Parts: sequence; C-alpha cells; structure tokens
Amino acid sequence: MSPAVTRKPGGHPRSSRTLGFYAALMYAFLHVPLLILIGFSFNASRFTLWEGFSWRWYHAVFTDADMADAAWNSAVIAVVSTLISTVVGTLAAYALWKRGSRLLSGSLYLSLVTPEIVTGISLLAFFQWAFRWLGWRLGLYTVILAHVSFSIAYVAIVVASRLRTFDPALEEAAMDLGATEWRAFWRVTLPALAPGIAAAALLALTISFDDYVITSMVAGVDSTTLPMVIYAMARRGANPSINAISALIVVAIGAVILVSERLREA
Amino acid sequence: MSRLRFWFLVPARLWLLFLFLAPLAIVCAYSLLTRGTYGGVERPWTVESYQRLPDPLYAAILVRSVALSAAATAICLVLAFPLALFISRATRRKNLYLHLVILPFWTSFLVRTYAWMFLLRDTGLVNTALIGLGFLRHPLPLLYNDGAVLLGLVYGFLPFMVLPLYATLERLDPALLEAAADLGAKPWSVFFRVVVPLAKPGIWAGAALVFIPCLGAYLTPDLLGGGKSVMIGNLVQNQFTTARDWPFGSAVSIALMLLTLAALGLFYRRASKELL
Repeated sequence: MSPAVTRKPGGHPRSSRTLGFYAALMYAFLHVPLLILIGFSFNASRFTLWEGFSWRWYHAVFTDADMADAAWNSAVIAVVSTLISTVVGTLAAYALWKRGSRLLSGSLYLSLVTPEIVTGISLLAFFQWAFRWLGWRLGLYTVILAHVSFSIAYVAIVVASRLRTFDPALEEAAMDLGATEWRAFWRVTLPALAPGIAAAALLALTISFDDYVITSMVAGVDSTTLPMVIYAMARRGANPSINAISALIVVAIGAVILVSERLREA
Repeated sequence: MSRLRFWFLVPARLWLLFLFLAPLAIVCAYSLLTRGTYGGVERPWTVESYQRLPDPLYAAILVRSVALSAAATAICLVLAFPLALFISRATRRKNLYLHLVILPFWTSFLVRTYAWMFLLRDTGLVNTALIGLGFLRHPLPLLYNDGAVLLGLVYGFLPFMVLPLYATLERLDPALLEAAADLGAKPWSVFFRVVVPLAKPGIWAGAALVFIPCLGAYLTPDLLGGGKSVMIGNLVQNQFTTARDWPFGSAVSIALMLLTLAALGLFYRRASKELL
C-alpha cells in the first residue's frame, strides 16, 4: 500500500473538474439507456411517445400465461443448477487448493473463455448424439445440465479466490487436535469459506437466470425460459411489455443482491 | 488426506468428462464429417468443411469479427482510462463510484442490449424525438449496421476494461508522478510517459477481458446487427439451425475457439496475472 497522501498528484482543480465531468458522462452512458427503458414501461401509449403514466404493461405481463410459465421455468432452472454447481464448484476448488491438477483447472479456465455459442452448440451436439442411444429428448433437464456446466467454473474461481486468503494452519490445528479430514473441512474450512460460497452461488444464480444463448440451443419445446420469451418479443418488434418485464428483472436481481449484501454483513 | 480430495473431485471430473471434453470431442469429430441429407452428419471423413473457411463470404465474417472486436477494445480503452483515473483519484465515495461501474454486470445482458434497440430503431426514442422536434422527416437507419453492433459491444463490455485499469492505477505510487512533475514534465507528458507505461499490465488485462468476449459475441450482433452485421457467433448459430450444416458449423466453432485461444495467448503474457 502506498502511504496516505493528502495532496492528490495532478490534482489541478481545473483538470480534476474536467475529469469529474467526463466521469459523469460515462456513468450516464452506462445507466441512462436502462433508466429510459424502465421509464417507458410506465407509458400509457404503445408507441415511443409519452402519453402519461399507466400500469397497463405490467398488467399485460402479469396476465400473460406464457410469461408466467417461462418465469417459473427460469426460476426452477436457476435454483436447481445453482445448487448443483455450487456444491460441485466448491468441492473442486477446495480439492484443487489442496493439490492442483493442471488438466482440471486448465479446463475450468478454458470453459470460462469458451464463447457461449460454442458451448451451446457443443452441448446440443453431445446431447443429440447421446440421446440416439438413450432415446431421450431435450427438455428442462438438458437446460439444467447446460447451466450447471457453465456455472461450475464461475463458482470454482470465486471460491478459490476466497481460499487464497485462508490459512491452512487452521485446518492443521483442527487435525492435530483429533479432527478427521472431513470434520476439519466441515467445521473449520467450510464456515470460513461461507461468504465466498454465497457470493459464488449468487453469481451462478444471476448468470443462469439471464442466459439466453446456451439455453436457446439446448431447450426443448416445454422448457422456454424468460430470456427466450423476451428475445422472441424483441425480434418481433416494439412491445412495451418488454420494458415492463425488463424493469421487473432489474428490480428482482437488485433485490437478490441487496438481500445477499445484508446477509453478508449480518 | 488424499482420500477426501479424491472424492471431492469426483463430480468435477464427471463434469470435465461428460459436459466439457465429450462435447468438444464431438464438435471436433463433426467438423471432419459430411453433412447428412436431412441435417445431422454422415461419413465419409473429410476436411472439406475447413477448406470452405477461406471462402470470401465466410472470410469477410471472420475479418469483420476481428475488426469489430479490436475496435470495441480500443474504444473501451480510450473511454475507460479517464474514468478509471477518476475513480482511483476520488477521495470520497470511491466505493459508490466502483459499484456504479459493476452494477451493469449484474443486470441482464439481454435487457441491456434490448435497451439500445428501444433507443435506436426506426420507431425508437432517438428517431421519434428527432422527428418530433422537427430535425428529421424520415427516421435515420441507426439500427442494423456495424456501428450499432460496435456501440452494443462497447456498452456491454466497458466495465471489464474499467475494473482492471482501476486496480493498476489505484496502486500507482503518487510519488512517481510528483517526481516527474518536479523534474519539469507537463501534465500530458506525465500521463503518457509515466502513468500509461505503469498501467500496461492493467491495459492488457482489460484488453483480454473485452476482446475475447467480443470475438465470440452472439447476442449483440444478432439483435443490433439484425443479419446485416454478422459475426462468427451468428455464423455458427446459423449453420446449426437454419442452414443445418453441422460439419461446417463445427469447423467454424473450432476456428473461433482457436482464435480465442490465440488472443488469450497474445494478451495473457503481457497482462497482470492477478487481474485475469
């Protein structure tokens, strides 16, 4: 760490004001498009002209049966795939922290940089090939498997970064005092990792809930998700219902993150 | 010790085998097979799909993907550097400034891309406003071109450039800047001859984090390019769905993977390891 400085270098009042103005522009670029989108979800008109405040598009969203089915599918897929990938990813990160494996950690990193569309088509090709022998079809469980597949690496990396600050001497001490390997892991290491694991699960949950590209490749006829519905509506043309559902998603994800921050502080 | 490690790795090894290596192996195999009469794949084995890659039609898509990704990376760098500098120099509310950069990352990528469709299309807010104010008679074709895709890529991945830049600038020793200034360097020359060289590991890390996802982008060119500005990801998807040419789609996927790995290799050596 550098020592505390009172005078910031290059801190010309004028140049720092320019920098502040520039930063405000950049923050506007990052956030204003989404805010406008949400604002127009309350528009009474179907068109992009403001004609007064209305809840009609929210009403349209909540009475749409397809939307409800898709939201339910998305929630089931996100929760189940997060549970599985959090367990698998955490166990893998812990085991690799004990002793590395170049093949496994290399593959985890590789799966992170693999373009989504390539993951999607390779899982599709694999499922189709395997199902010829098994007589299965694409459905909710193929989507869950696909989401588990891409979430594991995210979980493993977040948990591994937490393990880097964990002192192995704590575990050794537990074992010196008579704990078995498993007991030392369960009673000492796992509680220390808990905040990292929670953060990892949250990441997996939001990525799963948001995924369109991979899901659309491996989804069956009965496993349409919310992003798939939004995508189809977006391609069809202007429809303020998309604004409303987008606003709901932004608020829902915001609430999940807020709750998790509170839990971490508690 | 090793018993527990063995059992802990069982699920991850199952993932590795069945959900990672096997699908990749199948794509490799398909890329070397012949297109089936009703879609799917057939024997004989052939390298024909790879021979079709340099075809001008497909080569243009490859070149456009690399060019758009490079442009997006360069624009992100130019836009992000002053912002990262601002955050690293902030004396108050630094956490708020950082969270405002990270926030879009938690927001649905699909929704954020749709926001630009909402703004840019013929009946979108920008055109409606300009026509309403009397600046235009007919809507400008803002959507479905290379520019719209580039804008979407920059918007989507800008945070990935800001964060590693911030991390390196934050650790920059202010005494070095003071020394340069004391020795007579002008602010601009302090910036280009001291700040930028010291920020290089962050620049390369940010470049990797922007360039690589841009190269494999699918949703941005699909929604904002609308078939007029096609990138490699769209070509892959098209071959697996509409065109039903799985061998060629697989060959394009392999090419995309190799390009991604080449880019990673290029950036990784120069980047700060802890930022990737």
